[in-house]
Amino acid sequence: MLTLTSPVEIWAHRLPAGLKLAALALATMGLFALKSPLPLAAAATATAVLFATGGARFATTGLRLLRPLWPFVVIVGLWHLWTADIFGGAAILLRLLTAVALANLVTMTTRLSDMIAVFQTLARPLRPIGLSPRRLALAMALVIRFIPVMLDRLTQISEAWSARSRRRPRWRVLVPATLAALDDADRAAEALRARGGAG
Amino acid sequence: MERNLTHIALFAALIAVLGLIPRIDLAAGVPITAQSLGIMLCGTVLGARRGALAVLLFLALVAAGLPLLSGGRGGLGVFAGPSVGFLVGFPIAAFVAGWVMERTTLAPGIAAGAASVIGGIGVLYVFGIAGMAITLDKTLSEAAFLGMAFLPGDVLKAVLAGLITQSLARMRPASLLSRA
Repeated sequence: MLTLTSPVEIWAHRLPAGLKLAALALATMGLFALKSPLPLAAAATATAVLFATGGARFATTGLRLLRPLWPFVVIVGLWHLWTADIFGGAAILLRLLTAVALANLVTMTTRLSDMIAVFQTLARPLRPIGLSPRRLALAMALVIRFIPVMLDRLTQISEAWSARSRRRPRWRVLVPATLAALDDADRAAEALRARGGAG
Repeated sequence: MERNLTHIALFAALIAVLGLIPRIDLAAGVPITAQSLGIMLCGTVLGARRGALAVLLFLALVAAGLPLLSGGRGGLGVFAGPSVGFLVGFPIAAFVAGWVMERTTLAPGIAAGAASVIGGIGVLYVFGIAGMAITLDKTLSEAAFLGMAFLPGDVLKAVLAGLITQSLARMRPASLLSRA
């Protein structure tokens, strides 16, 4: 499966994941503390420079990841044009876009395995309530493995439906798909137990 | 023990799969994503605790950088965007839906539909609207107005969650772990 990590290696790939996440948390809190548009514009420019250091291809990917935000940009933009509060609207949009872009920067420059390693470290204090880091990693691996399996199964169920009926397969295919997921869970549990359990 | 783990993992995968397939149009030609249907099913089928854990596992993978949210979104950016409230509300919505399902003695289909409305719409919207109010710097009532755009689709999904849970209960009563 494709992850959102950028194939273009930049300097930030070499920083430790924990450091990047801590810096991101601080930067996001800082962004939400700023209220006026000027310092926010400075932060947005700094973020754009960070993306630009990765080269044109890296920066374009970064811009593309902001695309899902466009409905909110349109709504907030129109809202503040309507209420004639241009500066307030600019501050909100700059803060929003900068916060999302910075978070995307961390995601684009951190490998999935490094990120999961951070989660395992963070989950360590939760061991007494039954969440051992090993089981967390095992559960994540199971999800990643079973997503393509379940997509294939859903396609098969839809095709079987189309072979029998002229109507289009709608939500009804989700019933056998859910049953299949429950069966898979039972079988995977048996297989795990046969191999010494989930630890 | 292993069964708990694999059920949680498989339902986390189910949420992801439901978000990845826009082509399965749930009802006549409405291109709505089925992701929140997955959240509702986690609660009504797995029950409160396992359902919430399945949603948390799904969110952890999204945060780790897999593009599993509907529309291929993912990564840490979605937790800084306007829909963060809905993401925070997802596990709580699944928990409440599961809790309602476990506590009532109504027929499974009706109970699941009601549980989906209470958890997957009522509870979820409280968090989602608060999240939009904070990230977009709006008052709660203004954010609530924006949130209403999603309401018709979510009502439809709550009905579907009820129908699917009812079919599961009829085909194989033991499959409803929330009622076990």
